[in-house]
Amino acid sequence: MAERTLYNHVWNQHTVDLLPNGDTQLFIGLHLVHEVTSPQAFSQLKEQGETVAYPDRTVATVDHIVPTDSIARPFGDAQAEAMLSALHANTHAFGIRFFGLDSGQYGIVHIVGPELGFTQPGMTIVCGDSHTSTHGAFGSLAFGIGTTQIEHVLATQTVALPALKVRQIQVTGSLVPGVSAKDVILKIIQTLGVHGGIGYAYEYAGSVIESMDMDGRMTICNMSIEGGARVGYINPDETTFNYIQGRPFAPTAAHWGKAIEYWTSIRTKPDAVFDDHLVIDGDQLEPMVTWGIHPGQSVGISERLPLPNGDADMLRAYTHMGLQPGAPIAGTPIEVAFIGSCTNARLPDLRAAAAVLKNQRVHDSVRCLVVPGSATIKDQAEAEGLDVVFKAAGADWRSPGCSMCLAMNPDQLVGDERCASSSNRNFIGRQGSATGRTFLMSPAMVATAAIHGCIADCRL
Amino acid sequence: MIITQILGTAIAIPGDDIDTDRIVPARFLKEITFEKMGDYLFYDERFNADQSPKDFPLNSVGHLDATILVVGANFGCGSSREHAPQAIKRYGFKAIIGVSFSDIFSGNCQAIGIPCIPASASDVAQITAAISDPPARLSIHLDSQRIQVGSQIWTSALSPARHHAFVTGGWNLKHLLKANAKAIQSVAQRLPYVQNFHDSISPDSTE
Repeated sequence: MAERTLYNHVWNQHTVDLLPNGDTQLFIGLHLVHEVTSPQAFSQLKEQGETVAYPDRTVATVDHIVPTDSIARPFGDAQAEAMLSALHANTHAFGIRFFGLDSGQYGIVHIVGPELGFTQPGMTIVCGDSHTSTHGAFGSLAFGIGTTQIEHVLATQTVALPALKVRQIQVTGSLVPGVSAKDVILKIIQTLGVHGGIGYAYEYAGSVIESMDMDGRMTICNMSIEGGARVGYINPDETTFNYIQGRPFAPTAAHWGKAIEYWTSIRTKPDAVFDDHLVIDGDQLEPMVTWGIHPGQSVGISERLPLPNGDADMLRAYTHMGLQPGAPIAGTPIEVAFIGSCTNARLPDLRAAAAVLKNQRVHDSVRCLVVPGSATIKDQAEAEGLDVVFKAAGADWRSPGCSMCLAMNPDQLVGDERCASSSNRNFIGRQGSATGRTFLMSPAMVATAAIHGCIADCRL
Repeated sequence: MIITQILGTAIAIPGDDIDTDRIVPARFLKEITFEKMGDYLFYDERFNADQSPKDFPLNSVGHLDATILVVGANFGCGSSREHAPQAIKRYGFKAIIGVSFSDIFSGNCQAIGIPCIPASASDVAQITAAISDPPARLSIHLDSQRIQVGSQIWTSALSPARHHAFVTGGWNLKHLLKANAKAIQSVAQRLPYVQNFHDSISPDSTE
């Protein structure tokens, strides 16, 4: 088993007990809540007359079901309205801080947590959402959990989890312009497979990771779960500390020195032992695009689609996607372009897309949706004039939310539309149509596809 | 609740990497209770857009009363939605045998008393053959860590501690977690950030 890694240190620090079933009872430093996976947990607490053990350590916002065209209440969708009302009532009843639509700070939970300074190194973080791994970018151990476990956290501020192995993934060299964090993580998932991470935490390291900003690091950790790893993390450094400093819920100046001391002490030690190790050559990476029905089915933009190898799952992917084995991925037509999601809806993602779309037009055959990750990001983007660039190009500039990543709001694919998407999952039906087809790629690549009406290299 | 053995008809769902969006499409997550999730299990796999049934194992006549699922690798990958295990449970399934399971999914199943039992790919292939044609009853013996169809026996790869938890009722963890309230408090007290980085040796401590 791994030793002297950040994972070992933080896990041990938070261990309450070893349970008879083999799990570890872990104290949870930060519990994030959204409207979709929490109502049943709050109902259980109410039924059993229980209280929330540490209400200060839970923070809620609303993201999945929020419409992005108009947030006027009540929502047109009565079910969505009921979900938001339930979250509002539950957080009020249990004394939990809630960033609602009128807070000016709502948005995708994995974007709001970091940008308000709740997410910090050396914490254990959970949320009823698999993309909780995002917060590992700060050197926390962040786990997606289910609703019964949400109830456990609310009632006890602890959760039972099995110990993990640790695989260090080093990304060496440097990325050429036009290649981004999204391409790095898609390459890692392609290399290790979508179930390579089962039972593992992924520690990302190497020069590419060290020189990456926090937004890129969040993109990488976010998609750990798509490689099967429930947890992905990066050791905190100056980049991390600089990002956190001055945010509304960050440690204050009076305590900053002690905070840095703790955050530095948790780092993986030079003599650490890992259960497994992988090196990816960052110099060789090119923009990546998924062609299939899970995030491991991807190719570089210059490559051709793989030839059938007798694998039934690959055949199913080709049947669903309607693609020709051996054909180049470049030139594949698309009808929808989606820039958004907890993977790629932060300010640098919007800047990258706007840089491509500036003085260009979205292709006549494409509808292009740009959905900022939070109200804060929306404000910042508009202050920079990015909204003007998107609108001038013919793209639709929206309000924050999870939007077409999982289509729980009105933003959905129709029929068998093909979508170039900066989100995280290309599963069948994921974007709201059972026959819809998703191609995952970076924001710059989505913007490029939007202009050309087909998948194309953002570097050309 | 003690779960020592599970008997019933089993049904195999072929393929690896079956994600929770396929198990319960996101549009059904807008209900604030789990009550009706059983109706939505594999909805888009079972039905066409016009509600007519598709050729899918859950629709096959010989398996309508199945209580055990047999699946491939990385079953339940993707979203953490507990709606997926809840749908499986409420549809009537009591256990899942598979090559491997997503970590979040198997944790969610365990939390609601559904054992996810790993077995090797070759064992899962043999089990699938044994239960399929004609449909045969399967038994899972959690106390002896065995899976059985007729005279054929396989060994479950679930850890002994997990078996023990089902056999003793210890899978239901909430009371165990709550019983440690004192230990929880002492962990909270030793974590620098929970104490807002106040420290006895820090000049801040006098604030």
